[in-house]
Amino acid sequence: MGSSRSSLRRVPDGQQLLQETGCEPERWFCLGLRSEDLEAELSENPIGDRIVGAFFQPGQETVDFPSFVRVLAHFRPTEKNRTRDGVQPEPANSRNRKLKFAFQLYDQDRDGKISRTELLQVLREMLGLQVTEEQLQSIAERAIQEADLDRDDAICFDKFRKSLEKVDIDHKMSVRFLE
Amino acid sequence: IDDFCAYPEDVPSNLPVFTMDYPRIQIPFEITLWMLLASFAKIGFHVYHKITIWVPESCLFISIGLIVGAIMHSVHEEPPAALSSNVFFLYMLPPIVLDSGYFLPIRSFFENVGTVLWFAVVGTLWNSIGIGMSLFAICHIEAFGVQDINLQENLLFAAIISAVDPVAVLNVFEDISVNEQLYIVVFGECLFSDAVTVVLYNMFSFVAEMEVVEPEDVFLGVARFFVVGLGGMGFGVLFGFVAAFTTRFTSRVREIEPLFIFMFSYLAYLVAELFAISSIMAIVCCALTMKYYVEENVSQRSCTTIRHVVKMLGSISETLIFFFLGVVTITTDHEWNWGYILFTLLFTFLWRGLGVLVLTQIINPFRTIPFNMKDQFGLAYGGLRGAISFALAFTLPDSIGRKQLFVTATIAVILFTVFLQGISIRPLTEFINVRRTNRDIESINVEIHSRLMEHTMAGVEDLCGQWSHFYWKDKFMKFNNRVLRRVLIRDSRAESSIVALYKKLELQNAMEILDTVSGDISAAAPSLVSLEQEKKESAKPKKTFMAQDLKNMHNLLSKNMYKIRQRTVAFTSKYALPNDNQPREILIRRHASIRRSLRPGSFQSTIPNSQKYFSLPTGQSLGSKYPSARRNDHETMSEVAYPTRRSRFSQPKRSSSGAMMPLHRLGTLKEVPSTDFLNESQGESFGKVHSKPRTGSSHSDSRFPAHRRHFDPPVDNNNGSADDVRNEDEAEEEQQRQHRGALRPPPSWAAEPRDDTPRNPLLRQPQWNPKK
Repeated sequence: MGSSRSSLRRVPDGQQLLQETGCEPERWFCLGLRSEDLEAELSENPIGDRIVGAFFQPGQETVDFPSFVRVLAHFRPTEKNRTRDGVQPEPANSRNRKLKFAFQLYDQDRDGKISRTELLQVLREMLGLQVTEEQLQSIAERAIQEADLDRDDAICFDKFRKSLEKVDIDHKMSVRFLE
Repeated sequence: IDDFCAYPEDVPSNLPVFTMDYPRIQIPFEITLWMLLASFAKIGFHVYHKITIWVPESCLFISIGLIVGAIMHSVHEEPPAALSSNVFFLYMLPPIVLDSGYFLPIRSFFENVGTVLWFAVVGTLWNSIGIGMSLFAICHIEAFGVQDINLQENLLFAAIISAVDPVAVLNVFEDISVNEQLYIVVFGECLFSDAVTVVLYNMFSFVAEMEVVEPEDVFLGVARFFVVGLGGMGFGVLFGFVAAFTTRFTSRVREIEPLFIFMFSYLAYLVAELFAISSIMAIVCCALTMKYYVEENVSQRSCTTIRHVVKMLGSISETLIFFFLGVVTITTDHEWNWGYILFTLLFTFLWRGLGVLVLTQIINPFRTIPFNMKDQFGLAYGGLRGAISFALAFTLPDSIGRKQLFVTATIAVILFTVFLQGISIRPLTEFINVRRTNRDIESINVEIHSRLMEHTMAGVEDLCGQWSHFYWKDKFMKFNNRVLRRVLIRDSRAESSIVALYKKLELQNAMEILDTVSGDISAAAPSLVSLEQEKKESAKPKKTFMAQDLKNMHNLLSKNMYKIRQRTVAFTSKYALPNDNQPREILIRRHASIRRSLRPGSFQSTIPNSQKYFSLPTGQSLGSKYPSARRNDHETMSEVAYPTRRSRFSQPKRSSSGAMMPLHRLGTLKEVPSTDFLNESQGESFGKVHSKPRTGSSHSDSRFPAHRRHFDPPVDNNNGSADDVRNEDEAEEEQQRQHRGALRPPPSWAAEPRDDTPRNPLLRQPQWNPKK
């Protein structure tokens, strides 16, 4: 990894990226080139546009390399024994951040809650033609009732996290690359 | 002999009143007796079930076998010559492998397929070669007197005893809910190492008989290995597809549906044996491929039958094998050689431990969840030997000089590992606290979010060009939906697992209501209503929602209970059948009380959803009754990810999981005062009425697509014939019979009328109460 320092210099905000994502930026180069290919594949993915949208900061029209990297950093497998002092920001791939990323896929208007309509939209995208509208409604209703304790008909992040506490997020939301 | 004389002058004494002709029936008779004996032993163990917690079943069977063998030896009887190569490999092994393959947790298997194959193939090779070499080295020591065993024979022997058979281990792992990764690797390794061992055995025995081994033979051996493995898989998949395709057309001949499953799998096995390719792989792949499609095509009853029979055959085969192991231990002539046998034991442990260590180090970087040391210990310690080694040892060619020694050594290793490791694995794994798994509480949220995450991951992987199992699974699912399902499944509406789970949960809630409300519903109605008030503070039009929801629920329940049951009771426990009848039992049980206490209108406001508010997964009592299938799978493939926690000691009480009929709205039959009758009526009445031939079901299925999901009432085992599906006509008949006040009232429920008026799903007609 002798070249790491030079590559850090080459990448804008390289040092900061390294700290945030915990990964050498030179590994990210090969990924950056692929963003052109994503159109074809992601169009088939039911939530493809949400995924793409997640890379863009709110309000921005373009995504630059550091942002791209920052988003992808969420998907590194969680490191268990990372010592963290209070000063360091929470690593991008921690369980919390992964959950937050998933949460934001639902919550397009970024109000901190998954409203019923947002949930319905996601369900509609994922289930598509297989279910009738009334079934979708029922499912969304049930989901909200399961998770919603403050009865505002929306799921807040805490509830979201709580309902997934038994799920192994690390396993589900990690890609083993960039090691 | 005089009896058979035809000479007229030699008149037989008298007409023989009582003759006996044992030789004619000897073979089937003895087989049956042995099976019965083994089964009695099994019953006996479970009487006091604490035994089976501490001592694995295999040990118990071997012990019984030892006792019986001792008895036989003392009366100088010969054990049945049942353990010839053919009998074992053609009759006793296939059911066991089919059992393992059929209940393999597909999803977690495919997520770990690399690891499983790695351990199975490379691990077995490592073990065989390692043990073989070291034993060969030992052979040179003069003190042991085994110098005549050459390298090939050593390798052959090593191949025999490197087949792992963690029957006992899987049992323990299930009971303590060990983490899924470990479980599936052990399970998968068992399955595939059998295949690998058989291949190696064949190769080495061929080689052992050759005088000289050329280098090219080694390459040929490797090539053969691939042919055997992949060929086996190919055959299995082929037969699986054929079987699935066949079941597409069996809607009119439901009685023989299970037959196809068994015949095709057995055929796959035999054809593979014909070509001397890995029959175990063939039958496993056949079962894997077939299961998914077949279970959607066949009727519910066939599905249950298949599962039950697979389990039964596998169980009895396993039992018999261990039993014979015990018997044969006593009755064989042994050749004991302290040095060889002790070193064999030592090397077995040593190489297994080393193997696991080294292999894990290599494979861990490729795994998303690496194995930690405790997992590795579980993996290494879980390498018991069992049936396959035993059978292979017995089928060693007689040309090998030291065959008896090998047999003795094999038996010694098996006994040692089964008893020592089998008994101690449980305390040890609990002591070192192997990582456990969390059985997810089933919830729609989890399912939805998991699905979202999977899509996300597939998308992200697209982005990065990294294709791991999310991507492949996605691709396969699409292919599956577009092509395979259309061809192989009769009614190929794809159903999302989210929807299936939703339906299942709604059904559970419906039953929970019926169960938690004991006795008088009208008394409970106020509490329900008040709960509703409590909950509905917002100004949303919730009241209409309730009716709407009930309607939905009813529709979904009626349309889809068939699907629910089929797809969401997939389970993978190796040792017990799914107990998916309790919800239905609860439903039935409560009918009477609901019936009694229902008044028109008062119950209409019951809100299933609010009910579930306090009866949903907060650890309430009913939760344990349901098979907690974990469903975090893609659209249509819904296998349980992990074997459900199931006590081995609870047999499925009502084992005929017939479909349940959507029932009449209560209103139409309110005039029938048959509740009390029904409460006391016996099973026979039920059976009497159900005289419709079973073709009724197939007719119904084809005639009424959407609403006609007919179900058979689950009945007690005592009742036998009570689970026929009826159609509307018969129901009318019965209604009339009821009106006439028949003394033996038929169960007053009928197929759902065709009109779609919303019916309260809770207003079901009572069914007569099966005895508990």
